[in-house]
Amino acid sequence: MLLALLFSIGWALAAPLLVRAAGRAAGWVLALGPAALFAGFLAAGGTVGPEASIRETAAWVPTLGVEASFVLDGLSLLFALLVTGLGAVIAVYAGSYLHGHRDLGRFYLLFFAFLSAMLGVVLADNLILLFIFWEGTSLCSYLLVGFKHESTPARTSALQALLVTGAGGLALLAGFLLLGIAGGSFELSVLMERGAAIRSHDLYLPAFLLIALGAFTKSAQVPFHFWLPNAMAAPTPVSAYLHSATMVKAGIYLLARTDPILGGTGLWTWTLAAAGAATMLVGAVGALRHTDLKKVLAYSTITALGTLVVLLGLSYGASIKAAIVFLLVHALYKSALFLVAGSIDHETGTRNVLHLGGLRRAMPLTAAAAVLAGLSMAGLPPLFGFVGKELAYKAKLGVENLGWLLPTIAVTANALTVAAAGILVARPFFGRRRTPDGSQVHEAPLGMWVGPVVIGLVGLAFGLVPGLLYAPVSAAVDAVAGEPVDINLALWYGVNTALYLSLATVALGVAAFAGWTPIRYALLRLRRLSRAGPERAYEAGLDGLFRLAAWQTRFFEGGSVRSYLAATFGVIALAVGGTLLLRGGVSLQPAVLLDGLQALPYETGLVAIVGAAALVAARLRSMLLSITSLGVVGLGLALLFVMMSAPDLAMTQFLVEVLIVVIALGVMQALPLAREVEPRGRRGRDAVLAVAVGATVSMLLLAVLRLPFDATVPQYFLEESVPGGFGRNVVNVILVDFRALDTLGEIAVLAVAAVGAFVVLKLGRPARSRLGPPPVPSVVLRAGARLLLALLVVTSLFMLWRGHNEPGGGFIGGLFAASAVVLYLMAFRQARTERLLRVPPRSALGVGLAVAVGSGLVGVALAGAPFLTGQWVAVGTLKLGTPLLFDVGVFLVVVGFTLTIVLSLERVVAGPPQPPQQPLASPEAAAADRQPARLNGGTTEPAEV
Amino acid sequence: MDVLFALLAGVLTAAGVYLLLRRSLVRMLFGVILLSNAVNLVLFAAGRTTRAAPPIIPEGLSAPAGAVANPLPQALILTAIVIGFGLVAFAFVLLYRTYATFGTVDADDLAREPERGEKGDGG
Repeated sequence: MLLALLFSIGWALAAPLLVRAAGRAAGWVLALGPAALFAGFLAAGGTVGPEASIRETAAWVPTLGVEASFVLDGLSLLFALLVTGLGAVIAVYAGSYLHGHRDLGRFYLLFFAFLSAMLGVVLADNLILLFIFWEGTSLCSYLLVGFKHESTPARTSALQALLVTGAGGLALLAGFLLLGIAGGSFELSVLMERGAAIRSHDLYLPAFLLIALGAFTKSAQVPFHFWLPNAMAAPTPVSAYLHSATMVKAGIYLLARTDPILGGTGLWTWTLAAAGAATMLVGAVGALRHTDLKKVLAYSTITALGTLVVLLGLSYGASIKAAIVFLLVHALYKSALFLVAGSIDHETGTRNVLHLGGLRRAMPLTAAAAVLAGLSMAGLPPLFGFVGKELAYKAKLGVENLGWLLPTIAVTANALTVAAAGILVARPFFGRRRTPDGSQVHEAPLGMWVGPVVIGLVGLAFGLVPGLLYAPVSAAVDAVAGEPVDINLALWYGVNTALYLSLATVALGVAAFAGWTPIRYALLRLRRLSRAGPERAYEAGLDGLFRLAAWQTRFFEGGSVRSYLAATFGVIALAVGGTLLLRGGVSLQPAVLLDGLQALPYETGLVAIVGAAALVAARLRSMLLSITSLGVVGLGLALLFVMMSAPDLAMTQFLVEVLIVVIALGVMQALPLAREVEPRGRRGRDAVLAVAVGATVSMLLLAVLRLPFDATVPQYFLEESVPGGFGRNVVNVILVDFRALDTLGEIAVLAVAAVGAFVVLKLGRPARSRLGPPPVPSVVLRAGARLLLALLVVTSLFMLWRGHNEPGGGFIGGLFAASAVVLYLMAFRQARTERLLRVPPRSALGVGLAVAVGSGLVGVALAGAPFLTGQWVAVGTLKLGTPLLFDVGVFLVVVGFTLTIVLSLERVVAGPPQPPQQPLASPEAAAADRQPARLNGGTTEPAEV
Repeated sequence: MDVLFALLAGVLTAAGVYLLLRRSLVRMLFGVILLSNAVNLVLFAAGRTTRAAPPIIPEGLSAPAGAVANPLPQALILTAIVIGFGLVAFAFVLLYRTYATFGTVDADDLAREPERGEKGDGG
């Protein structure tokens, strides 16, 4: 069996190549695969008796003890023969039907993939394996129904079939898991022996309901039946295969297979009988409403599936026998009729019976096949359908409690099926000749009539000599019943109640066919009712799902950075602040707080000023005043750093504040000063959020301060700074020696930011200052700036030099130097400043990084020490070392960063007014126009990074 | 004194958060400045503060004579201030580019009209 499956999958993969190789004979060649499988199963069938089944296992997930196990017993053999036999016939048909289709290779690939999955379903012994193949059939069905993927209805229908059967598949998986838990095994062959224990298990009810859900969706039982008629958008060979004999029968197979495990209870019988009976009626009525041959076929298939479910629900010897026989009957006549419908469509271009009539002369062979299949469908002797229907009536009559109801439903449904058979066969082939455009119609090609004729003849043979089927049917019935059942098959059982019912059925059916037109109009008027049906629920559900997804996306991803920030802050306040409060992380005792609040008066005053300035900055609407307030905050912090023994921090903070104000004002020149309009509610909400986050930070810090302080690491730095780093300013030694790698990372970030800012300012069209050309700076400023420049540059070098031992260092020195140039820039504008510098400031970035990295490599080269290990030489009393060189690199990068940004900004914002806009400068014009950047709009500027 | 710093850090954070939630990108950037100040302050206070004793070792000694301020948070904050400066400067440049390209620095307007970005000048 494993071999058969592997062969089938291999055949599917080879199909596209075979199609190309076989050319016109593709259908015949490709049918060889399933035909060989059919022969193989037929040969194996000899060894499968009522008591004997073949079981094969292969290691699958050995660590979990899961095996890929297959079983071939009477039931799986019957299905395997159907799947492969019809597969072969339909493969031949499809070769003709889709002849010359550009995707024929793909079609066969999917077709045989489906065949493999279906074989897997009927052969699998392991429940999980069965489920995987089951989903495989759903997936292949999706691709096959949507084969004409250019058509929207085909895609919609394919998706509908996939969603409905896929949802059922999920229920099935859950049901299988429960069944496995209840039975203690996932092997069907094991579970079958534990049926009684499982039926009395607590999990029986949910397991049964979930498995029934899976079977009902797959086999199109009410209320999940609507996908089947829609799936008629598939190419006809697909419908003939999937929607008559195989996929829709997978649910039937599952019910039959689990009958010995789950069946026989009142729940089983009533659920299946009710669903099946409703399905029979819905299908029978639906069939009469349509004029499209394939829709009629689809609805009559629904009727047949309902019949099968009822019969399996009754779950006793005679009904199982009837179910197995009827399953065969239906598979044969329905696939033949589908193929006939495809032939009619192929030859006349329509499937609408109202436009068809009298085709029997033009298409005699197809007509003969149609008649054989139609008679079987109508259940007339001597065809196989008669045998099936008699058995079904007998089975339904044998049920107590339902003495009259089931036979009545069955007679009604079967009578309408007789009428449907008339619509499918008598209308198109008999009566007055009618074709859509009156054109000449020819017989279908050989590949398309041979299949239906063969199937029709098989139906006739089985009807005349039902004994042919004794062995396979009895083996299948035994497998479903779980015990040997005495059966006999005959065409004629004598005059009995079932025969009277048959006669009544035919009489009613003929009457209904005669009155079809008025009946159809009456049914069409009732269509409003079906609008409220399950299909509507499906559509509403799908629609709702899309709307939910859209709402969810809007809610979580509205595209407003403010909402994201608000959400983030809210989570911080609630999760961190809330936890701190709830878990008592903060001591809010007044005594402790007051003790900590003790500070010198001027310290308290400074803190108050800084806090007030921050609040003012938040509250003020004016941008310029806000910048001023921010400056107060920054400078206040610098003063606090001075008081709290952090001179390096104070100097850095002070210089950075100054430079930020310069950059901010530069940018603000170009920005609008429009005041933002914000609803009061929004401001209030944000204020609450802001206070909550602020309180969280305060509490967090208070909680940290309550913990005992561990001075190990600072102590190490304090003690090792002079002996190990030859520097007395511990902060600077940490930066350039102990943690030099961190510092290298930071100056690299600065360099990248500077290059990024340079490019961002270079590209795109500039927005000029609103303030017009800058006023000529005062003479005093110019004179002072020249003097101060020299002074400040000397100071910066001094800061750099002394930084290792006294407050100062590369960062501070660099900021000093940059500030000096910025001052010069204010006095003399951009052009003269650039002349003064001679080289673009961004070159300092590269040089600085190179110096820093090079200083780190000295140790690697000389002493084989790790990167950035300090190396020292003594020059007299002076100690010189690579960390000092490293600090020079820092100095250069800081200067380069600041000046790159400030000068680039100055160039675009306050540069001379733009020349008249050149809308689209050609590359040649841009090349010829190699003017300095400031004379030119960014749009025509060749980048010179 | 440390409790005072904790309160100040809270106030700076609150002001920064409030500004970050404003419509104008300029004010959001002001919020970033305040928040980075607040974070520096938290770091500083968490390392404990000391008055008038900078972590500088007197000449001739190999270790400080008495208790001095904790040098570690100072080193961390020093780089944090410079990196913060880099961040703010770069953000100002982006702000300028945003205005030059979209003609607005209103976060809500920018979020509402994403298609304007595609029409914008790619340079």
